[in-house]
Amino acid sequence: MKPAPFSYRRPGTLQLALESLAGEPDAKVLAGGQSLIPLLSMRLAAPSMLIDINALPDLDHVTTAADGVRVGALARHAAVLADQDAVRVQPLLAKALANVAHSTIRNRGTSVGSLVHADAAAELPVVLRLLGGSLDVASTRGRRTIAAEDLYVGLLETSLRHDEIAVEAFFPALALGEGVAFDEVARRHGDYAMCGVAALVQVDGDRVVRARAGYLSVSEVPTVIELTDAFSVAVDEESLAAAGEMALAGLDPQTDIHASADYRAQLVRVLTARVLRSAYDDARGRMLARVER
Amino acid sequence: MSEELHEVRLVVNGATYDVTVPGRRLLSDALRHDLRLTGTHVGCEHGVCGSCTVLVDGTPMRSCLMLAVSAVDAEITTVEGLALADGSLSPVQQAFKDCHGLQCGFCTPGFLTTITAGIRDNPQPTREEAREMIAGNLCRCTGYQNIVKAVERAAELTSAPRRSSSVETPPGEHL
Ligand SMILES: Cc1cc2nc3c(=O)[nH]c(=O)nc-3n(C[C@H](O)[C@H](O)[C@H](O)COP(=O)(O)OP(=O)(O)OC[C@H]3O[C@@H](n4cnc5c(N)ncnc54)[C@H](O)[C@@H]3O)c2cc1C
Ligand code: FES
Ligand code: FES
Repeated sequence: MKPAPFSYRRPGTLQLALESLAGEPDAKVLAGGQSLIPLLSMRLAAPSMLIDINALPDLDHVTTAADGVRVGALARHAAVLADQDAVRVQPLLAKALANVAHSTIRNRGTSVGSLVHADAAAELPVVLRLLGGSLDVASTRGRRTIAAEDLYVGLLETSLRHDEIAVEAFFPALALGEGVAFDEVARRHGDYAMCGVAALVQVDGDRVVRARAGYLSVSEVPTVIELTDAFSVAVDEESLAAAGEMALAGLDPQTDIHASADYRAQLVRVLTARVLRSAYDDARGRMLARVER
Repeated sequence: MSEELHEVRLVVNGATYDVTVPGRRLLSDALRHDLRLTGTHVGCEHGVCGSCTVLVDGTPMRSCLMLAVSAVDAEITTVEGLALADGSLSPVQQAFKDCHGLQCGFCTPGFLTTITAGIRDNPQPTREEAREMIAGNLCRCTGYQNIVKAVERAAELTSAPRRSSSVETPPGEHL
């Protein structure tokens, strides 16, 4: 099908974009279009106006500092994935982005657009939540920073207000003693996953100080669960299985056309154990590499 | 109320086209209907099949997931723009011919554009990388094996462009 009619604006400055957005209650922002244009073509969305932000200057940056990575609203997934500094400072970015669609989609889709689109099956919202990152948004009223934990409020719904444009996301760096891992199960490589898990583990020697995992495609919103208590004694098969059960207690897997709730629950168990083990190994490996240097 | 129209200048395969389109005109439709460049095929129209893939400033993108009005600052290459200046087949096109990489041909424009950029960025892909390169494109006929071989063949032809390619025996098990 084809999109319903809309008026189209392609502003050259952020200020003009914000003014157009503020003046048109049914307007939508167009970034990479890799989620929005399918919705328009299927007529699941019919905005009165599209405000194309692709001509805005200075928004395609991927800036890395010691504290983390700042990703501008026009940085494509592919540019973030290819940024050596960014993926060194926060390796979870590359691990997750490699699972976001196929390269042709990543060439156009933006990472910030994915954060704002808030698909429960998307990888980056979970990564932002797990790392405790944030999103900077602008409107004619000024700028504010939304913490990741306050960003996701419902199915495909964020706490952005209608007149706000997201300008930059912040992904915190990996801290000392931390390790990360990501894995997901999808029908076909590159498809949206039936279940995906990102993990962040902090160690002191071989002891786990903190363990958390983020889940995609299991609940309506990206969900992060504290799993530290499962590893108070050791990281072994028993504690990894316990972590899986602990995660399930905090999740409510749903049935859809792709997978039953039972099957999703099983994926949560299996992936939690696998990903926590590998994040633990990653953390230990990084500590050892530091000592050897 | 009549629909708002936009004057848009598109640069496709080196030629400039001025068209008047509504904001909702997909780039794929602008190419096919307004420019009559029907080499770009439209299968699913929501980003999944890959048959509409074109190069935007050299980078593969789905033309069904772009608006024509949004393509104004870009140079677009469609399958019609892949052949060499003298009209002979490009290495990727030649490789598809050599390896029997197409049957009905519906998916082929998307594979050719994707692989053209893929080989440019990674001139010597491994088998695994060749498979990854085409992972976002669907083909209902070939079973993909000969397309993977065509990627490898295209890499070979590209690294030795002056040899007369069509008379050589193509590599591998496909004969
Ligand atoms: C075939 C296919 C497979 C895919 N597979 C995956 C996958 O496995 N995992 C995954 O995570 N994603 C997947 N995607 C989606 C892809 O990652 C999108 O690029 C991304 O979700 C949205 O980014 P975009 O720049 O394309 O946003 P758009 O489509 O332009 O916008 C999406 C929504 O966000 C809003 N928006 C975008 N940017 C801003 C901004 N700066 N400020 C305010 N609002 C904004 C828009 O108004 C719109 O509502 C897939 C897409 C396709 C077509
Ligand atoms: S027609 Fe564009 S991806 Fe299928
Ligand atoms: S050759 Fe028929 S779909 Fe690929």
